[in-house]
Amino acid sequence: MILAKTGNEAFAYAMKQINPDVVAAYPITPSTEIVQLFSNYVSDGEVDTEYVPVESEHSAMTACIGAAVCGCRVMTATASQGLALMHEMLFIAAGLRLPIVMAVASRSLSSPLNIHGDHSDSVASRDSGWLQFFCETVQEGYDTLIQAVKIAERANLPALVGIDGFILSHCQERIETLEDQVVRDFLGRRKPAYNLLDWRNPILVGPATLQDYYFEFKRSEIEGMNQVLPIIEEVQAEFGRIAGRKYPVLEEYRCEDAEAVVVLMGSACGTVRVAVDRMRAKGKKVGMVKLRVFRPLVHSLLKKSLVKFKKIGVMDRVDAVNSYGGPLFTEITSVLYDTDERPWVFSYVYGLGGKEFTPEDAEMVLEQVLTGKEDELVTYVGVR
Amino acid sequence: MFKLADLAKNKELFSHGHRACAGCGEALGVRQIMLAAQTTGLPVVTTMCTGCLEIFSSIYPHSAWQVPMIHTAFETSASTASGVEAAYRVLRRTGRLNEEIRIIAFGGDGGTYDIGLQALSGALERRHRFLYVCTNNEAYMNTGVQRSGATMFGAETTTTPVGRKGYGKKQFEKDLTAILVAHGIPYVAQGSPSFWNDLITKMQKALDTDGPSFINVLAPCRLGWAFPPEETIELGRLAVNTLMGWVSVGMLTPEKSRVVAICAVE
Ligand SMILES: Cc1ncc(C[n+]2csc(CCOP(=O)(O)OP(=O)(O)O)c2C)c(N)n1
Ligand SMILES: [Mg+2]
Repeated sequence: MILAKTGNEAFAYAMKQINPDVVAAYPITPSTEIVQLFSNYVSDGEVDTEYVPVESEHSAMTACIGAAVCGCRVMTATASQGLALMHEMLFIAAGLRLPIVMAVASRSLSSPLNIHGDHSDSVASRDSGWLQFFCETVQEGYDTLIQAVKIAERANLPALVGIDGFILSHCQERIETLEDQVVRDFLGRRKPAYNLLDWRNPILVGPATLQDYYFEFKRSEIEGMNQVLPIIEEVQAEFGRIAGRKYPVLEEYRCEDAEAVVVLMGSACGTVRVAVDRMRAKGKKVGMVKLRVFRPLVHSLLKKSLVKFKKIGVMDRVDAVNSYGGPLFTEITSVLYDTDERPWVFSYVYGLGGKEFTPEDAEMVLEQVLTGKEDELVTYVGVR
Repeated sequence: MFKLADLAKNKELFSHGHRACAGCGEALGVRQIMLAAQTTGLPVVTTMCTGCLEIFSSIYPHSAWQVPMIHTAFETSASTASGVEAAYRVLRRTGRLNEEIRIIAFGGDGGTYDIGLQALSGALERRHRFLYVCTNNEAYMNTGVQRSGATMFGAETTTTPVGRKGYGKKQFEKDLTAILVAHGIPYVAQGSPSFWNDLITKMQKALDTDGPSFINVLAPCRLGWAFPPEETIELGRLAVNTLMGWVSVGMLTPEKSRVVAICAVE
């Protein structure tokens, strides 16, 4: 069915179709509508979900953990300060290998307070052991949220699906949706390895582990993450068969003979596409590499793609205060360090707090990368 | 009234071999509670906060728990139990679980009076059905006896040391039981392992309550209170009988939250 939906509406609609067993969530701009709309589905009896309107995001994530340990399919939604408040529990969800799926309408972090879109919240949770997807469009958000449930359950790891706050969360798009039954058949039921409520086979979840076991547990969690990429590709292929839409983990846009490319995540990919088209029309050899999956970091795919180019601009919609470039920049320079080609890589930080990022800005960045001019370590795009 | 002879036939769901200090009031209390939990005849699933109980009962690869137990973090026993209870409800409602189960959440006084109070308050207001047991030893014992909101006036702890100016804790403890009563939940009580029959009776009432219930259990700590291990039970009894806080039994009705019976035990 073709529908007009904002990012938040599309997320809520996908959640209705997923029909999770438990949703525990707390409102925060710009993700509030997701839980609001979802509670309408609960109230109208369109889902079987037990909806827990918790008193904080910390409790939202904790209740998700408690329900997921009982074998349930569990989802939540948040942004910004809410995700920051969950921080402690994110690591626990991942450490317990629970496939919780979280919809995020990415937003900046205080202070100063700002409700608009950037990637500060999700990227600050980078090392918590969650899978992270960044979406370019509302359609991709809808599709990815459904896929994430299956990926998370196969990988036994939690997954965060991000759309840029306001830019996508509040922007209406024409989207193609699947039938409820198609989504439910695609996902099947969660088949947990253990269940806390199975009292005949009691388990202890979350024990203290000391110097003798902790590292081994962590190592096995890391291995779990290391093995996620084939699962993502598998599920994307399965999804492609039912929906006819495919999203590569890494997309090269007009990169064939490109001399300069920019790498980025999220809604600004759409802006960069426009800029690339305009510059190509003028005969300039530029392209874009879109990264859809931030965790696991697909380093082999990144390396294979990026060594082909002489000059690369890495664009972060978040700053890692006083690091050697933006967060994605440092990862990409690390990935390219042991290649013979060693392309030039430049760091760009743009769009913090929802600062507008226009096709003209994108053209300016591409032009700079193409000419290879770089005055400073990090270029802050459009800051007065 | 329970007979010791009958209780002795129950299974030790909180088994021996854990690492609590000799004379630990918390371990005694939890053991009694888990014996009492069986008197309803229903299986129990449990959660706990970070704290002494978690550390001495569940250092991997050992566990003292003969029932399902989940520990997530320090302030999260009630919010974890909220999630477990939500799962239980949806599984029952959709016919995927066909038996009744009771849920018990444990938390120390730090995890309950202080850092976990918000999560507990939220869970009670949402009326999740579980029993919350606060094992109250009146300080953060696990991290080395720091003051908590449950520590009494004048008590010396490692963050309220007695010195040339300091005389111990300068504030009175908060009345958590009253705070819980104010939530209008159907059952709130206080107990002590020194009065085992009383504690077990309250446990049974709490587990039979249709809605959230709470028991504040005084658990003398031989390390924090600095007494010889053989005096735990005696100290608990003295604390109750001298009205050092531990006297009221709250039996509440959902419509009108009020303490209907206050009785000094014994
Ligand atoms: C967020 C957080 N802050 C602090 C701690 C450190 N910590 C662990 S247990 C504890 C005190 C526990 O005290 P209480 O709840 O009274 O339990 P007890 O050990 O006395 O039984 C503290 C401060 C922690 N684990 N997590
Ligand atoms: Mg304590």
